[in-house]
Amino acid sequence: MLGRFPALAGADLEVRAGEIVLLAGANGAGKTTLLRLCAGLLPLRSGYAEVLGVDLAVDRRAMRRSLALVGHETFCYDDLTVHENIRFATRAAGRSTADADVALERLALGRVARVTHGRLSQGQRRRVSLAIALARDPRLLLLDEPHAGLDDQGRSVLDEVVRAAPSEGRTVLLASHELDVARQVATREIRIVAGRVRGVPAGSDGPASRAEVRV
Amino acid sequence: MRFWRDAMLVAGKDLRIERRSRVALAQILPFGGIVVVMFAFALDADRTSLPVAAPGLFWAAVFLAALLAIGRSFAVEEANTARDGLRLSGLDGAAIFIGKAVAIAVELFLLEVVLGAAVIVLYGVTVSGVLVLVCSAVAATIGLAATGTVYGVLATGLRARDTLVPLLVLPAVTPVMLGGSRAFAAALQGSSSDAWPWVQLLVAFSVLSLAAGTMAFGPLLEEA
Repeated sequence: MLGRFPALAGADLEVRAGEIVLLAGANGAGKTTLLRLCAGLLPLRSGYAEVLGVDLAVDRRAMRRSLALVGHETFCYDDLTVHENIRFATRAAGRSTADADVALERLALGRVARVTHGRLSQGQRRRVSLAIALARDPRLLLLDEPHAGLDDQGRSVLDEVVRAAPSEGRTVLLASHELDVARQVATREIRIVAGRVRGVPAGSDGPASRAEVRV
Repeated sequence: MRFWRDAMLVAGKDLRIERRSRVALAQILPFGGIVVVMFAFALDADRTSLPVAAPGLFWAAVFLAALLAIGRSFAVEEANTARDGLRLSGLDGAAIFIGKAVAIAVELFLLEVVLGAAVIVLYGVTVSGVLVLVCSAVAATIGLAATGTVYGVLATGLRARDTLVPLLVLPAVTPVMLGGSRAFAAALQGSSSDAWPWVQLLVAFSVLSLAAGTMAFGPLLEEA
């Protein structure tokens, strides 16, 4: 809700396992709200939403260990190093510290592993956020403007991660303003206009796999 | 077992942040020391009534410094909306509560040791009834940390958080102030038997605070 007005109204979409779905829309259209709703960070006021088989009206915590959100903020602690931040999030998700090391290397963060998060550039913070998400090995990866602030190398790494997602058993829901870049990795595009979904709302013509997100 | 592992993970994270940032060492501890000195100036410069008032002054100084420690514990969750990261982490809310309370309690124990030494030296206090002093300090600190953690998360995300936390915490921990001061006073006067009922009050308060926090913290964090 934004004041008395619902940020999402009449949103109707289905995302199937292995899809990379691009959410496009103007500022304030409801992209971030939809991603935060899928992550269980926002309560469902009305309607129906199911993420990874969990009805969000009943429980919006049960699926959190199986998803990751890369948002506008990094969710990191400025006084911890990059490695400590990734390791904390990885262990909190019940995974081993080896997963943290693998993600650190995959995002090419080895050089800044011992630098505190507060001293990183915007682009480096984005990479840390993505490394944390990957270290958790999520089934559903929610990306909110992931290209923002990234340099060419960072974008290249990000695109590689997103493209590899289906083969790694991941589904991706990606919100972006940089449509030209995002369309290169997305398998389907959905437009959100004033909280309503336009385009292809349900994965009826997509792969015949289970629905990871149903709103 | 996973519960305690998660709680210690959160406690370790908070203590590592404090060790790295040195806020507790460079700001909270000196603040407590200044309060102890200010009380000495305000009450009696020639040490006649200071030993009598020392238990109450000690706990008042601890409480004021504890407010900073509690505020700090939740301020680190505000930056980069780290609290959303905690919510998404999959950690159990009760484990997060225990972890944050343990970290605050460890900081307060260290603070109490230093402030206790300052009170002994500056106020001219003769120490007796060490067992009562330790037991009441442990129980009071757990109660203070647990209550502060609950009210800290309650005020998280509010613009008036900095002023709201003292308003909420200080009345709620009145039993700790009362019990801690009375138990210390009785112990320092050499009548430990009079102190144990106050220690029992502190233990009961700590148990209730821990129980309430374990149940309430998760839902409060979700609404923050």
